[in-house]
Amino acid sequence: MAAFNIWKPIKYLILTIMAIIFLTPIYVIVVTSLKPLDEVSLANMWALPTAIDFSSYSHAFSELAPNFMNSIYLVIPATLLSALLGAMNGYVLSKWKFKGSELIFTVILFGMFIPYQSILIPLIQFLRNIEMYNSIAGLVLTHVVYGLPITTLMFRNFYANIPDTMLEAAKIDGASFLGIFRHIIIPLSITGFVVVAIWQFTNIWNEFLFAVTITNSDSQPIMVALQNLSGSQIVQWNVQMAGALLAAMPTLLVYILLGKYFVRGLLAGSVKG
Amino acid sequence: MAEQAVKGEEHDYTERNKTAVQADPGKKPRRKISKDQWVALGFLAPSFILVLIFVYGFIGWTGWVSVSNWNTLVPDFSFAGLKNYIYLFNDYRFQADLRNTVFFTILFIGLVIVMGLGLSILIDQKLKGESIFRNIFLFPMALSFVVTGVVWQWLLNPSTGYNQFLAVFGIQPKWYTDTNILAGFEWGSIEFGLPVAIIAVVIAAVWQMTGFSLAMYLAGLRGIPDELREAARMDGASELQIYKKVILPMLMPITVSVVIIMAHISLKIFDLIYAMTGSGANFVTDVPGVYMFETTFRGNYYANGAAIAIIMLLLVAVFIVPYLLTNRRSGN
Repeated sequence: MAAFNIWKPIKYLILTIMAIIFLTPIYVIVVTSLKPLDEVSLANMWALPTAIDFSSYSHAFSELAPNFMNSIYLVIPATLLSALLGAMNGYVLSKWKFKGSELIFTVILFGMFIPYQSILIPLIQFLRNIEMYNSIAGLVLTHVVYGLPITTLMFRNFYANIPDTMLEAAKIDGASFLGIFRHIIIPLSITGFVVVAIWQFTNIWNEFLFAVTITNSDSQPIMVALQNLSGSQIVQWNVQMAGALLAAMPTLLVYILLGKYFVRGLLAGSVKG
Repeated sequence: MAEQAVKGEEHDYTERNKTAVQADPGKKPRRKISKDQWVALGFLAPSFILVLIFVYGFIGWTGWVSVSNWNTLVPDFSFAGLKNYIYLFNDYRFQADLRNTVFFTILFIGLVIVMGLGLSILIDQKLKGESIFRNIFLFPMALSFVVTGVVWQWLLNPSTGYNQFLAVFGIQPKWYTDTNILAGFEWGSIEFGLPVAIIAVVIAAVWQMTGFSLAMYLAGLRGIPDELREAARMDGASELQIYKKVILPMLMPITVSVVIIMAHISLKIFDLIYAMTGSGANFVTDVPGVYMFETTFRGNYYANGAAIAIIMLLLVAVFIVPYLLTNRRSGN
């Protein structure tokens, strides 16, 4: 096909141009964050630094480190708990269906799409009443509850692919609901747990609305601190860029190392069952 | 295809399951429920109850706040009727928010679909290095909207960023600082039309979310068997015709999914705009999400904030409820 040979370089050209455009923000972040203060100016945004200077990183790190740790303390329990509950729900909703279980699933699923503004005022009143307002524990509870719809959806769809005959056989051998869950379902769900955990980790790490309304000062997660840093007039622009990279690093690393599972989560979470 | 993997099997597990277990754990069963089925309900019940309280209960509570007089620091649940809603629909800022949401949503969804579809078709041509391209277009999905906002406020800053390149062509857009409304006409107390400043926010949002539609379309394209294209080619169809007549119609369900998911992201958007531009001069980049946050948590107008939240929920529900219901029906 002659036409193929003409089009091929054009396709590459378009893809390459688009790729360069998509990478410009990363270029600006990296280049700016490595510049010494006297080279940071609006006019020289695109220029490479004359010497590599890590001082903006040490500055950003000293500003953001406590919040970075807050995010760690938030994201680990919230991810594990929401994944575990999602697996339990998914198991029942895919393998132990009953009259009305589809309706229950839809009722749970709707929670995934609501704008969280529509539950925020009661949520904060509630967290104040149980004295979990302005605490990491309160944010963990919030993320576990509002993570339930997506983790339930992901595990339900994941378990739907495990053949029912496998469970039938175990049942004939006298295995109980819990026995099947522990000895058949859990061992088969490792991939499912990885996909769901990566998805929840990324979402909770990046989340901002709950973080900014439920916590203040000392218990704020990283994204709120980054926003404060960038909104501050006295903080230099190179420090903001270094802070942005620090804040983005965990999810970027997960994407680079486990991108395949990240994309699977994206596809699994996007199409409703 | 993504869809088939997700739909799952629908048949009941055993005969006993069909007859014995009731939908509502609280209701008295008509027949005997086995121990396993009780445990199954025990697995599901905590989550279901949490969702009932935290989603549905709290939405009801917000609805109640939205018709109350609680517009001070001290809660006041006395009934105010639709006063807060009437206030909002006559409010300059909220009218601007609705206008901005309309244009943001249309541009954002349109561009995410066009970019995602175009790039996925190019990547699906069995070119060398396709995984590199795919990874480059997808990585912004792993970032926070806050990070995106912080970076793009500099890239689209009128006095630096991309404008340094555009200077070569002699154009210097004012991006998010532009207060012009294109094709504007009087509507309520605002000028209705495309706020130029919103384009800057759309660009940042599209940069972040194109990877999503790209991944969806790519999964769809990979699910179309080569024999189908081959057959169309045999019938004398050109490459362009194959895409127009065969492939695009087959990708239609994916397009519907992308539209729904992007619409709900766009209608509730808050963090990107809050981090990148804020409300903007004359509220040219303000959206309901930002207004709700500021009026509730900075201004203590809780009832007004609740009313904004309920309107946002209704807007999202217009897209989501029919989608969920049709999915459920086709699933059965």
